[in-house]
Amino acid sequence: MSTVSTSEITAALPPDEPEFQHQEMMLNIGPSHPAMHGIIHIKAKLEGELVIESEVDIGYLHRAFEKSCEEATWNQAIIYTDRLNYVSAAINNIGYCMAVEKLLGVTLPPRGQYIRTLMSEISRIGDHLTCVGASAMELGGFTPFLYMIKGREYCWELIENYCGGRVTTMASRVGGMPHDLPEGFLDQCLWVVKEIREILRECHVLLTKNRIFVERMKGVGAMSGERAIEWGWTGPCLRSCGVGYDVRKDFPYLVYNELDWEVPVGTNGDNLDRYLVRMEEMEQSCRIIEQCVAKMPGGPINCDNKRVMLPAKKDTYENIEGLMNHFKLIMYGHGIRVPQGEVYFPVEGANGELGFYIVSHPDEHSKDGRNDRAWRVRCRPPCMNPVAGLPEIINNYMIADIVPTFGSVNMIGGELDR
Amino acid sequence: MPKFPEHIAIEKVHPEAVLDWHENFGDRTLIVESKQVVEVAKILRDQFGYKMLVDLTAVDYLPRRPRFEVVYHYLNLQTNTRIRIKTQLEETSAHLPTLSDIYPIADWYEREVWDLFGIKFDGHPNLKRIMLYEGFEGHPLRKDYPKTKRQPLLGPQN
Amino acid sequence: MSNHANGHHLDMTRSLSGSVVTTRFDKLLGWARKYSLFQYPFVTACCGMEYMATAASHYDLDRFGAALPRFSPRQADVLWVVGTISHKIAPVLKTIYDQMAEPKWVVSFGACASCGGPYDNYATVQGIDTIIPVDIYIAGCPPRPEAVLDGLLKLQELIQNQKHEWR
Repeated sequence: MSTVSTSEITAALPPDEPEFQHQEMMLNIGPSHPAMHGIIHIKAKLEGELVIESEVDIGYLHRAFEKSCEEATWNQAIIYTDRLNYVSAAINNIGYCMAVEKLLGVTLPPRGQYIRTLMSEISRIGDHLTCVGASAMELGGFTPFLYMIKGREYCWELIENYCGGRVTTMASRVGGMPHDLPEGFLDQCLWVVKEIREILRECHVLLTKNRIFVERMKGVGAMSGERAIEWGWTGPCLRSCGVGYDVRKDFPYLVYNELDWEVPVGTNGDNLDRYLVRMEEMEQSCRIIEQCVAKMPGGPINCDNKRVMLPAKKDTYENIEGLMNHFKLIMYGHGIRVPQGEVYFPVEGANGELGFYIVSHPDEHSKDGRNDRAWRVRCRPPCMNPVAGLPEIINNYMIADIVPTFGSVNMIGGELDR
Repeated sequence: MPKFPEHIAIEKVHPEAVLDWHENFGDRTLIVESKQVVEVAKILRDQFGYKMLVDLTAVDYLPRRPRFEVVYHYLNLQTNTRIRIKTQLEETSAHLPTLSDIYPIADWYEREVWDLFGIKFDGHPNLKRIMLYEGFEGHPLRKDYPKTKRQPLLGPQN
Repeated sequence: MSNHANGHHLDMTRSLSGSVVTTRFDKLLGWARKYSLFQYPFVTACCGMEYMATAASHYDLDRFGAALPRFSPRQADVLWVVGTISHKIAPVLKTIYDQMAEPKWVVSFGACASCGGPYDNYATVQGIDTIIPVDIYIAGCPPRPEAVLDGLLKLQELIQNQKHEWR
């Protein structure tokens, strides 16, 4: 077949038809769109298939997290933290509780800290599996999605075994943990780690070695490390740009500095690097879980401060001191009395630095200058920064590239809009 | 308590800028004059390497005067140090210079503070509501906004 | 059927038994519709995670003939409202509902969609039934996958037993 030149095509067009329409077009993507999992609105200005300008509109899931926390007692606010990053709720619970504990000046005994580390890492694996699985599905890879959701289901079964909830966990209390580990939990952890490793191996074969997947991800949505810092990116998105900042290493909390693990760092800051960093982080989380299981100490799980932690149910029911202690912590107007002050406490959420800025300030009813509820709870949402920087990584790419780019920043509505 | 090096450097250029400082709960905090937040941010970024604006938010201390506090958290990734800058605002003059020229992320943070607290940022390129919608009256995170005061676009007005 | 039971009819039934099923057309339509539900998941929040888990292989929504999510309201029969509806998104939800073709059903998935859940505040709609009609409510925050499947079965029962407009 002979090739046809452009001039021949032009000649074939009817005389009154323009050769090609160069016209900018506005395209609304979202708020309800299959590529925008969650509800977010991208207004894109297109030239042909190229995105030349874009604007991100958020707030569709604003449900007053911060206002609700001001009207709930210190422990009641934990249920709202569950619903921030609902894919890895345990990390939010633990981050919030640790911020309040910083104000109170209490720390957990080693077993409590190990359990918190363990729960955080199980949640992190679940979160990364969801992110990678969903973005693979949006590029047409349905099998990795099913495999990864299977893996996430194993993680959630573990969490359910611990605290009874799958998504919204309430897996922490101010000053302690709700339960001790159930019987056989540690062995189950090791089994899950084995299964997760197998899933990761399979998905590496299905995705990392898949030419279609790699070519859609590589070089798309690239961000420089310096610019990412200006945008305040943290977590896997920042690490993919070559900046090895991880709260767990740089501001160690819980028992992370007692364990042996590494921070995976990318080079290009593109979608492929974000994907690879997440895949490797899951492997590192598996290592952390294994070490937690091996080193899990015995002893109590809660701090021994009676003004913070509820007594054991046995004491509440069987002796008057326990009963009074329970009521003093539960009754309206009593509760945990947190001293006046303000703290900022960061933990490494699945999307990056999850910080809680908590202000305790006496209200007009307070007699002792302390309060049973927060004056202000601010959550520093880790996925807000990549979403705010989204125009920089979707502009000048094709419109179809919005899908993998948006998938790889892992927007979670609950923590973005709060 | 000794002054922080950041404090001394700011005082050299703007002797009146820092009003108070403390290190309660281990968080280093400077309280600065509201007009100087941009100058302070530049000094922190250029001389001390605080390249990341981690967080920007506000607190309403009604009925205390001054009513509002705007809180900036900075992070230095080289030395892993943090510093908190606070500035206090009266309700009648609730506006601040914008930081969005220095840190692009301040754009969204400031929009959020405007939306939820009604604190204006002078020179902001796009100061409109981010969490709520056009037509919403008032600023819900202020202490005098009732938690359940709804302003629905559709459905029953309760 | 009993009042038509004359001799001729009985003969026919006897001779065709095993190869023909007699039913009302209405019932047939209900049977066909309940097993080919094309769903539009309007996923906003936490409940989406459980929706995802239910749709994936562990719990497998596919078994009940409700496999294919259609992301166009024009092609969908069931609107799953999965998660919190804020006042900002409420007009979008209403538009989507209006765009769906009859017959259509609405499932309110989880506590937030059903009644506002833990969010009794300025931003949240206190139940989507203040905006659009709802057929099935699924309780839970979020509902477990088993509850979702139960809700789907209840919806199928409702579709089977309702009167169908077939013209």
